[in-house]
Amino acid sequence: MNKLIVSPSPHDENYVKTSNIMLNVIIALLPAWGAAIYFFGMRVIPLTAVCIGSCIFFEYVCRAMMKRSNTVGDMSAVVTGLILAMNLPVTLPYWMAVIGSFVAIVIVKQLFGGLGQNFANPAITARIVLMVSFPAAMTNWIKPLEYDYDAVSSATPLVLAKKGGELPSYLDLFLGKTGGCLGEVCALGLLIGGLYLAARKIISLAAPVSFIGSLFVLSFIAGDDPVYQILAGGVFLGAFFMATDYATTPITTKGKIVFGLGCGIITFVIRRFGSYPEGVSFSILLMNVLTPYIEQLTRTKVLGAKEAEKNEG
Amino acid sequence: MKKLNGIRLKHRKNTENSSTVVFPIPQKVRIPMSMTMGAPCQPLVKVGDEVKVGQKIGDSDVPFSAPVHSGVSGKVVALTDYRNAMGAVCKMVEIETDGQQTVSEEVKPPVVTDKESFVKAVRESGACGLGGAGFPTHIKLNPKSNIDTLIINAAECEPYITADYREMMENPQDIINGINMVKSQLGIKWAKLAIEANKPEAIKHFTEMAENDDTIDIITLPSAYPQGAEKVIIYNSTGRIVNEGTLPADAGVIVMNVSTVAFLYRYMQTGMPLVTRRLTIDGNAVGEPKNVSTVIGTSFRELLEFCKTDIDSIKKLIAGGPMMGMSVPDIDMPVVKTSNALLAFNHYDERKTSSCIRCGRCVRVCPLGLMPADIDRAFKIRNIDELKQLKVMLCMNCGSCTYVCPANRKLAETNQLAKALIPRK
Repeated sequence: MNKLIVSPSPHDENYVKTSNIMLNVIIALLPAWGAAIYFFGMRVIPLTAVCIGSCIFFEYVCRAMMKRSNTVGDMSAVVTGLILAMNLPVTLPYWMAVIGSFVAIVIVKQLFGGLGQNFANPAITARIVLMVSFPAAMTNWIKPLEYDYDAVSSATPLVLAKKGGELPSYLDLFLGKTGGCLGEVCALGLLIGGLYLAARKIISLAAPVSFIGSLFVLSFIAGDDPVYQILAGGVFLGAFFMATDYATTPITTKGKIVFGLGCGIITFVIRRFGSYPEGVSFSILLMNVLTPYIEQLTRTKVLGAKEAEKNEG
Repeated sequence: MKKLNGIRLKHRKNTENSSTVVFPIPQKVRIPMSMTMGAPCQPLVKVGDEVKVGQKIGDSDVPFSAPVHSGVSGKVVALTDYRNAMGAVCKMVEIETDGQQTVSEEVKPPVVTDKESFVKAVRESGACGLGGAGFPTHIKLNPKSNIDTLIINAAECEPYITADYREMMENPQDIINGINMVKSQLGIKWAKLAIEANKPEAIKHFTEMAENDDTIDIITLPSAYPQGAEKVIIYNSTGRIVNEGTLPADAGVIVMNVSTVAFLYRYMQTGMPLVTRRLTIDGNAVGEPKNVSTVIGTSFRELLEFCKTDIDSIKKLIAGGPMMGMSVPDIDMPVVKTSNALLAFNHYDERKTSSCIRCGRCVRVCPLGLMPADIDRAFKIRNIDELKQLKVMLCMNCGSCTYVCPANRKLAETNQLAKALIPRK
């Protein structure tokens, strides 16, 4: 007879694994990604491949150099690569995308301890680094459905709104027929993906709803067109796929709501008063940094726990 | 009223319709002197002594203990050391049975005149919580606070186990009589029989039985593990919260397992102490899953063979349920008072543990509202102040957090290790 295996309880487990969660996030991003191919043409595919490939490469090399276990199998590098690609304009040179992947995987993720330990969202940080490093290349928008990568005239709807110009219709915004990064144009696709993740209980809708909701309300109060504000730019991509990132947002529902509200407020302030037309990335990064404090203040209440000790230490 | 978190498990109550089968008296029984919480007993018999059914063979001077009785007649052949699954060592009485099952003259219905004699009789019965925790019943039934509600725990929320369910289906009158007995002896006003929703027949049956009794309430608990955990069942059946550092009795309730209360009733009628028990034997290595009633001290191996188990195929053996049960290191270990199930599995894949991704699933499922992910992090750096603030001492090790963790982190185990870091006052 074999020796009996002895281990602590529980002896049963469910079969949701980290890689399984990551795979679902990838599936959820596909509708918006598919729309990007439709609107911006075939270059979307190699650009995405470069992002994902270099993210996997950096993840592998970095772990190997640090003599740590290989974590490519958990699929998180694929998700980071895909989300990064969604945050780039289709015309971006491939080598810049590789730099973005380096920032995301090596600097933001692995140097801080790898999966789950990063303090900021890797893809958002990479987008911001690229944006301040290569402002021209990062705002090189092409007209949707024309597939002309040399004609770099089109502005994003937010730039149009800020500087004046002919605005696309709500329907075009909702479907994604507008200038912008790969993944942020098609609000419909992002919404489908977000609801899919919520239905699979992979994300909670607390942060997306409070993010989009607060931006909507603030824009309305300020006299901007609220529908336009939430449909244009990276709000849906940020709200459903980056404000719901596990490692860099609070765990409790209360915390998630605070996080979403913060994102909405900061996005509104930057868009309205800042010199940048878009504020979603900065708002998420800033709230990422605040997350540890939000977590401290929004802990769960333990059944029957004595309150008095809470203020100790 | 706030709803407590819980997880949906596959119930796998494969044996719910299997009537209890009585296992024949084995050739030899091995009875440990420590089967309940509290002090271990000292053997009252020597090698060579003849013992009879129901005879007390072990007792302790410490009040927080329960005496041990023999369930067989025969001869004591050895007094050995026994190491239980928790690693504790106590004495064990080994008895070779004579097959006569001669009943000891000690076995006679106890004379109960007041609460004191009732509690004393309960102690003499050797009773402990039969749901698995093994808290000595006489301690529980002698509270210092005023009790107004008796909760009968019939949740049986762990997968596979149907031992309590069979008690409910086979001896419902004993349960009702037992409830009334405890109520009247302790002067408790109300009783609530709390049954998980996955046992509709039991709920229907008891609702009919208690129809004309205003003092017994039948409560349907949601089917969300762990309903049978003491704090959870108290909250879900009365809305009361057992505060940190206090006992259920301080909230005016006593929680008793359904099989325990039925046993107590029978003991008061016959005087036969706790010497047998019913176990569910199941798991994918078991050929014929059954509910078996057997004398305490029967070896697990014999019961598994009785249920047509391919012994060589067993990789993992669990005493109790898959969520809170204990891994059995040795197949020849004996049935004890708290054995409610024996689960044998022929495969067990230990998944690799990976980094916490902070998905928050553990926080979402903890019935008490603990934050296992944060406890894990605080434990790693031995931050005792943080562990205290995170209230790790309240963890009851239900295992829900480990169960849902996608990174396969052993969160429940970490909680128990973290508890050990906190100095006791």
